[in-house]
Amino acid sequence: MQSSDRGKGYWLLIVPFVATLWPPFYARTNPVVGGFPFMYWYLLIWTLLVGVLSAIVYRLNHPKH
Amino acid sequence: MLPINIQWTEFSVFLFLFALVTVVGFLASRWRRGNLDLLDEWGLAGRRFGTFVTWFLLGGDLYTAYTFIALPALVYGAGAIGFFAVPYTVVVYPIMFVVMPRLWRVSKQHGYVTPADFVRGRYDSSLLALAVAITGIVAVMPYIALQLVGIQAVLAGMGLTGTGLTKDLPLIIAFAILAAYTYTSGLRAPALTAVVKDTLIYITVIAAILIIPAKLGGFGHIFNVASQVLPTRKGSVMLGPKAYSAFSTLALGSAFALLLYPHTITGILSARNGRTIQRNAALLPTYSLALVLISLLGYMAIAAGINTKDATMVVPLLFNMMFPKWFTGVAFAAIAIGALVPASIMAISAANLFTRNIYKEYMNTQATAKQESNVAKFVSLVVKLGAVLFVIGIPIQYALYLQTLGGIWILQTMPAVMGGLYTRWFHRGALLIGWLGGMATGTFMAAALQFKSSVYPLVIGHTVFPIYAAVAAVIVNFALAVVFTVIFNGMKVPAGNDHTQASDYLVEPEVAATQ
Repeated sequence: MQSSDRGKGYWLLIVPFVATLWPPFYARTNPVVGGFPFMYWYLLIWTLLVGVLSAIVYRLNHPKH
Repeated sequence: MLPINIQWTEFSVFLFLFALVTVVGFLASRWRRGNLDLLDEWGLAGRRFGTFVTWFLLGGDLYTAYTFIALPALVYGAGAIGFFAVPYTVVVYPIMFVVMPRLWRVSKQHGYVTPADFVRGRYDSSLLALAVAITGIVAVMPYIALQLVGIQAVLAGMGLTGTGLTKDLPLIIAFAILAAYTYTSGLRAPALTAVVKDTLIYITVIAAILIIPAKLGGFGHIFNVASQVLPTRKGSVMLGPKAYSAFSTLALGSAFALLLYPHTITGILSARNGRTIQRNAALLPTYSLALVLISLLGYMAIAAGINTKDATMVVPLLFNMMFPKWFTGVAFAAIAIGALVPASIMAISAANLFTRNIYKEYMNTQATAKQESNVAKFVSLVVKLGAVLFVIGIPIQYALYLQTLGGIWILQTMPAVMGGLYTRWFHRGALLIGWLGGMATGTFMAAALQFKSSVYPLVIGHTVFPIYAAVAAVIVNFALAVVFTVIFNGMKVPAGNDHTQASDYLVEPEVAATQ
């Protein structure tokens, strides 16, 4: 049986908090990509990265048979 | 008398899709057939939804019509601060991944239907459970009312702008249909209609991103115009240092609050197992990506030169201007159906709370399973009627104020519900005092801001930190809970029995084999 709490790689899930809840990291305009100021494409990428990180942690804890 | 400026092409497409959803909603009662006389089946669809259905259900549940109307409106009016919704919907999923499977497992093990059921079992306190239940009901009610605002906005966008009864009739019809299929099908209805809703939403978002920026000269131009226009409204495209603390606390507080809302918990408990929830925590961020693009509609509206005092009309006006008429009908249907799915789940979750934690606890302790589900069905009707009366009878501003308060209030159930999933250290009496203190603090802060904002300028030393009132209140809440736990334990006040055990939170119970 799986234990949800002593799971592997849970520390990875802290990264999105640090990366998106600390605006000094990203509240600026440059570099602009595709017309998007930095803050906007940076946060946009994080909406995808957070899913990837969760998928990695899921896979670490529930390996394919 | 019919309003004369009605957009018939848009309205016909809209009506067709609305009719489709109505049929789907009623047919849902036959889908994955279960005994709808049981609250577990009516209110949680038997806790059997797999990854795919849960993805549609939670996506349909969490990203509401009000989001699609209000978020671009906020960005249109204020700029960067509105994008707190992005970190909010980023961090909500790691929290869901770690915390919510525990709630699912212990609820499955003990047959809990609501978070208040869990609190009652964990702390042996029907009073604390009542506090959690009432907070949930009061917080979710204005949320349902605001879904109606989303429908009103698209109806107005199609030219249905009559006065008196002609203005309200379409809304009343829409909610009557919704109430009827929620009554007959329970949670199966929003789950199945969510498939239609989310498909339409994704089509609309993709079309908007392909068509609108191309017509407006690209994203570079859109951001440029927005950055010139926003300062005239005291807004800005770039987040200034003074807004950092508001931005972050709004994001973090909203993320925890979202997972405590009754409709979220209802959606989560209807999953098949904890792993389904974790898979969804990895898959649901696709909706957050759509949310970013939807927020940008606010800047697109600025670049398109849309000028309106009625913020809810920003998106309808933009769609009317940019899309061919038939597709505007599709987009408007997406938003209206996007209101029905969460409104249905919200009504079910409020009904579950009332039935389990008020009716069965205080009014009829011997209630049979059939009585339970009958009461829940009836209450879901009452809740929807209440929402319609609210929107028709009271200025919409009050629903917005209550919605602001609702977010602050629901976070005050965090120590009892989320804290309780990890530790039994807190004393039940201390949690109740903490809840009371948090509710009072949050309400006071919101009142000091005339309920117009939820960002309170907290003064520490000589520095002002604008902070989301819900976060400040929950800190007070936790602090009180800690202090009074020590006091009550010292006074040897009975802490009650814990009806759960450590393994309930960790081990996946057997799946119901009733497929």
